[in-house]
Amino acid sequence: MASPASTSEKPKLAVWKFASCDGCQLSLLDCEDELLAVADAVEIAYFPEATRAEVEGPYDLSLVEGSITTPHDAERIHKIRRESKYLVAIGACATAGGIQALRNFKNVNEFVALVYAHPEYIETLKVSTPISYHVFVDFELQGCPINKYQLLELISALLNDRRPNIPPHSVCVECKRRGTVCVMVANGTPCLGPVTHAGCGAICPAYQRGCYGCYGPKEAPNTAALADEFLRLGQDHAAIARFFRTFTANAEAFRKESVAHEHEV
Amino acid sequence: MQTPETVEVAATEVPRDGQDSPHFSEDAVLLEADALQALIDGLRDDGYQVMGPMVRDQAVVYDEIQDVEALPSGWTDEQAPGRYRLTQQDRARFFGYTVSPQAWKRFLFPPERRLWQAERDGTNGSFHVTTDEDDPPRRAFLGVRACELAAIAIQDRVFMEGPYVDPVYAARRRNVLIVAVNCGQAGANCFCTSMGTGPQATSRFDLALTEVLEDDRHVFLAEPGSDAGAALLDQLPTRPATDDDRAAARRVVEEAIDSVERQFDTDGIHDLLLDHLDHPHWETVAKRCLACTNCTLVCPTCFCSDVEDRTDLTGQTAERWQTWDSCFTLDFSYIHGGSVRDSVESRYRQWLTHKLASWIDQFGTSGCVGCGRCITWCPVGIDLTEEVEKLRAAVTTPDSPSTKDGGDRS
Repeated sequence: MASPASTSEKPKLAVWKFASCDGCQLSLLDCEDELLAVADAVEIAYFPEATRAEVEGPYDLSLVEGSITTPHDAERIHKIRRESKYLVAIGACATAGGIQALRNFKNVNEFVALVYAHPEYIETLKVSTPISYHVFVDFELQGCPINKYQLLELISALLNDRRPNIPPHSVCVECKRRGTVCVMVANGTPCLGPVTHAGCGAICPAYQRGCYGCYGPKEAPNTAALADEFLRLGQDHAAIARFFRTFTANAEAFRKESVAHEHEV
Repeated sequence: MQTPETVEVAATEVPRDGQDSPHFSEDAVLLEADALQALIDGLRDDGYQVMGPMVRDQAVVYDEIQDVEALPSGWTDEQAPGRYRLTQQDRARFFGYTVSPQAWKRFLFPPERRLWQAERDGTNGSFHVTTDEDDPPRRAFLGVRACELAAIAIQDRVFMEGPYVDPVYAARRRNVLIVAVNCGQAGANCFCTSMGTGPQATSRFDLALTEVLEDDRHVFLAEPGSDAGAALLDQLPTRPATDDDRAAARRVVEEAIDSVERQFDTDGIHDLLLDHLDHPHWETVAKRCLACTNCTLVCPTCFCSDVEDRTDLTGQTAERWQTWDSCFTLDFSYIHGGSVRDSVESRYRQWLTHKLASWIDQFGTSGCVGCGRCITWCPVGIDLTEEVEKLRAAVTTPDSPSTKDGGDRS
């Protein structure tokens, strides 16, 4: 990020929210100790969760949280892309469609009719889609929520003009590095770790729980082989469909696997 | 289809230390089981951090122990492809398990380590580098199995005995005292007898123990393997071992040999694998393989690492870190333009052919010591011995789709 888009010395950072819970933005505020360093390194130009100050674009780095679920947002993301040098999608919503992408498997109008007293006021899209479905994305930081250290690493890498160290390998690598015994092998606990993107630090297996797949698919995941193993461990097709249909249900590999098992039920 | 050359390669692929009949040193002494605490105390008094087996996370793992209470007395493990269960035994042996989920490797070749850091000097563009002085603790490894000794010997060769010595590994390795414990039983995934690496520890230890638990006694036969081991024994309440004691120890090791069920035919394995790189069987394995990296990270000889540079937000400091890596990731073979091994079959094949075949060309031995970890800790239970056997069967069947002479590279 050698030449800032603004005349000010510091690169301008903007944080945008779409359909989401704000948890990933909070990961940035959670940086606490490092937050002052962030504020020192960049000009926080737009970040409603943190400040009312607003600086006009263009922006050097836009962090985009949330998925696209309304016609209005489908327009708004294009404007943000036009104003951003780098656009990074952060979190499961922005990178895969989020938990709200469960609507993609059903008829959204039925949900609307059930939930709202006046469904006629609701203008929503049939599907929840990731940012990359609408505009070019420079980097996708997966996780529900994202890991704050990975976010700092990403910002640091962009500020220093280098590739971020955010490996797309499995959660198993993190378990093995920290010395956690495999819960699937030692206890027969179904674990999505072998198909899930690293980044959380393998928290759940360290507490004897199987991985829930919060970080979405790893590089080239073999979900079918893992699902076969879940069957051998005594899980049925309905349970396997649920394993793959949580926070990143709409990520292609997980979507296909859950649909395959839904059809077996 | 064997050629003389093939036989020669096969004969040199593993270090064979004469495992055929258990033999115990004339210097062996007898240590009462009650005196095991004195051994641990002796090591601690000598300034060693004692690393040994303990039960944690439903497995026997290696970590720091203070006293015998930490040892997994009465516990054993049942292993199968993709399966490990801890169970209790009637016989309360301290070392009644086979091998732990992770090897001693993590103490010699740590999963993550900082190599150096650099800091900018003002704004003139210069910087200075600080190398981390690795000051490893003196450690005693208590309970090292024969296959694990063979694995450490292989990593010694890789990290210390070539033209480029890894200073971090070498410093840690020099500070280690090894107390081997002979196996009294084999797990279902053990095949040390096929690889010529066990079950008896015959060299490269400071002290080797054989745990004898009979009707009326619980003792250790202790053999010194170095001056340090002998000096340690001198501090302990021992008596010279009798021929009867040696016979009892021999029965323990023979029981382990007899309980090895898994046989792995390594005959001609070098050419078997390297002559069939395009065989369709690799694709069959790839359908099951998760490319999760578990086999490589639990393997006691796998030594691959990645190096990454980390910077702070200000760009004032940078650090270079080395981390465990695996040939099963796409990034591992990533070069300009993409990953060289972009299919799972190419990655599985790379691991297996390196471990069992090209390792021989590179280091003079097989990279496999027969500990069975990659079989047990594969979440879907892929068994390398079975895969090699299937390949062997497929290529020796006359109408098999062997692609030895080029074949179809699709």
